[in-house]
Amino acid sequence: MSAIGIRDLNVWFGEGAELVRAVKSASFSVAEGESFGLVGESGSGKSTVLRAIAGLVDSWNGDMSVLGEPLGRRRSAAFYKRVQMVFQDPYASLHPRHTVDRVLGEVLKLHGFSDIDARIDRLLSDVGLGTGFRFRYPHQLSGGQRQRVAIARALAPEPRVVLLDEPTSALDVSVQAEILNLLSDLRAERGLTYLMVSHDLGVIGHMCDRIAVMQHGEIVELLDVAKMRALQADHPYTKHLLDSSIRSIR
Amino acid sequence: MSDTSFRDWLTADAPASRAQARAAAWYAGWLKLRGNTLAMVGLVVLIALILLALFAPLLATQDPFVQDLGARLKAPGWEGHLFGTDSLGRDIWSRLVYGARISLYIVALVALVAPLLGLIIGTVAGYMGGIIDVALMRFTDIFLAFPRLILALAFVAALGAGIENAVLAISLTAWPPYARIARAETLTIRNSDFIHAIKLQGAGPLRIITRHVWPLCISSLVIRVTLDMAGIILTAAGLGFLGLGAQPPSPEWGAMVSEGRKYILDYWWVATIPGLAIFTISLAFNLLGDGLRDVLDPKEAGK
Amino acid sequence: MTNLLDVENLRVTFPTRSGTFEAVRGISFSLGRERLGIVGESGSGKSMTGRAILKLIRKPGIVTADRMRMGDTNLLTASEREMRRIRGRHASMIMQDPKFSLNPVMTVGSQITEALLTHEKTSRAEARKRAVGMLDAVAIRNPERVMGLYPHEVSGGMGQRIMIAMMLIPNPEILIADEPTSALDVSVQLQVLEIMDKLVTDRGMGLIFISHDLNLVSNFCDRILIMYAGRIVEVCQAGKLHEAKHPYTIGLLNSVPDLEHPRPRLDALQRDPAWREAPSVSALT
Repeated sequence: MSAIGIRDLNVWFGEGAELVRAVKSASFSVAEGESFGLVGESGSGKSTVLRAIAGLVDSWNGDMSVLGEPLGRRRSAAFYKRVQMVFQDPYASLHPRHTVDRVLGEVLKLHGFSDIDARIDRLLSDVGLGTGFRFRYPHQLSGGQRQRVAIARALAPEPRVVLLDEPTSALDVSVQAEILNLLSDLRAERGLTYLMVSHDLGVIGHMCDRIAVMQHGEIVELLDVAKMRALQADHPYTKHLLDSSIRSIR
Repeated sequence: MSDTSFRDWLTADAPASRAQARAAAWYAGWLKLRGNTLAMVGLVVLIALILLALFAPLLATQDPFVQDLGARLKAPGWEGHLFGTDSLGRDIWSRLVYGARISLYIVALVALVAPLLGLIIGTVAGYMGGIIDVALMRFTDIFLAFPRLILALAFVAALGAGIENAVLAISLTAWPPYARIARAETLTIRNSDFIHAIKLQGAGPLRIITRHVWPLCISSLVIRVTLDMAGIILTAAGLGFLGLGAQPPSPEWGAMVSEGRKYILDYWWVATIPGLAIFTISLAFNLLGDGLRDVLDPKEAGK
Repeated sequence: MTNLLDVENLRVTFPTRSGTFEAVRGISFSLGRERLGIVGESGSGKSMTGRAILKLIRKPGIVTADRMRMGDTNLLTASEREMRRIRGRHASMIMQDPKFSLNPVMTVGSQITEALLTHEKTSRAEARKRAVGMLDAVAIRNPERVMGLYPHEVSGGMGQRIMIAMMLIPNPEILIADEPTSALDVSVQLQVLEIMDKLVTDRGMGLIFISHDLNLVSNFCDRILIMYAGRIVEVCQAGKLHEAKHPYTIGLLNSVPDLEHPRPRLDALQRDPAWREAPSVSALT
């Protein structure tokens, strides 16, 4: 059973003359426990794929399934218990007026857990934050600490699939390293499936087993990471991306 | 707990409990407000007015309702009448002090009812979007299309004269701007990641609106309300003037101004002194509103 | 060779409720006709340094220095009026996101000609001609058409190239680029950098390149200052980055995931409190 199966997914925004086809018949599948990367430049539709899976986009057609359950227009409560998402900008993904305690407490309550206090402490220590952070507001946290809180929030319902939307692109490189290590550790400990979107081939290469390259809403190439590291891409666009990425770090 | 350790507790970087975190947030807001001299002036004036209203029986030198036609229209300072007397010989200072109760009562009630109504309608419209948004917003437009006083008049005429009905009528005419503000705020909040994040936890619209959208809208509404206070008092005065608000002989400030209007050329103080009172309370609310804007603005909260 | 810019013991401080906060804590550097990179993480004071040179620090921030000279001008005593003349004529700055630095209601063409006309007395037709030439120089195809576009009609990469054109047209001697490509895609990033690099080299300008990306900077600069907590911890020659000695520099280099040399774990940077207190390394030449 694949963790995520996408077949002929189309996503569009607007209508009539304004219609923009953000994703054009994309198909891929992610095995359970795998870490899969979606790479592309801005506007390639990579984040839109994630949002469509998460149910944040209404205008789509095609077949999507997660852990064997086909997805319809509405997501069930069970879906949100199994699939969670981490957003790109940790400054925008936490409510500015809610303390860490309230963020995590509300999520745990929504999923019907009872031992909330103990769980909050455990989640915070799992993401490498002490309990001293529990009653802080987002503005009292650094970018990396905020992203850790966002990861704790995503882990709260004990999901099996985590969607990662550029989780480190707003962070400094040294903080990025910490967050990527944390994500790797959590995957190893909990056997999570990751679907990660990034524009940074270095990050994707570090985190993922297989990648899909997107351009103008289409998946132009699927390749595994060993092939990518050896710079053996078939599609010219992938080659171009790899080339730019290598040249900028030499 | 000594003074300094209490302050340390309030400014702690890592609060140890929910209560401490909340207290610390309030304290930070208070410090910011305290740094704004003009806002503090507004706050002090408002507190003084509230105290004035509370201790009216102690502060009034005469009964505000006792008429003395022999001593009508006397200038300020005449025989212990601090602000003089009105056309029926009543002491203006005493009426002003008792009138503070009525004016503050009207302001407080309207300030509760109108923004709440606007908040509910605006956030629901903004968050739900689609047909609900269109319906609610056209409904709002209908209310906006009427001149406020005329609409209030119609309500009072239907409900009957009196302060409570005046308050209700003013509230019913004052909510549309709040609904518009709340909707505009909601539209920017609706698509932010923290709303998406809570949606992904399976939260329903009711929870998202009340727990996540409201706290961010309330600040701009509070600011707008404080800036609207002057208008509310004046509308109440206008209703009083037309005989549909506070009924004579109750010393409502607006009613006092309109009574004194007849004598404005020869006996300026009869209308001017309650007018100055209205001016003071509106200015105080405006100054405080400006200060609150700095403290409450959610965009500032991140800094 | 005379230096275009000399800065000694530069400090930028902001008063806060609990004492003062020092964003830049006494750094010294000079800039010749070279490409100088300033690298650091957020909060290291690198952007504040760039802004302080052009005296763009907003109140209540305070800039102090023992010496801050640009050519013959003493920047410390220069009035706001003199500074306006210096900005653009002698030194220009390119910010991170072109979306926020271009005026949304003016066409690209009028913005570029405006930039030229405020600093030079030339005719409008002549200014326009030079603007078109400048757009051509930043590799914009069909510059005549782009002149008539509004900022929202151009892509991010083109916007940033337009910014470069606008900043370089009054022929400044110093260009300060603050994260000029962070908002751009990788492939566009390189193109923009190459254009900027070429123009700066051809004109013999001094470039201050501020970035968080150590590898990128090492590719495009001659000399690199590494900043940490408002101080310079190390000065490197670009080609010799791998010889860097300071643990912070090494930590930064190792924390980047490398496509060709995968590691199971990235090295997380261990911050030593002593780095904060160590005196700033001088980068004067």
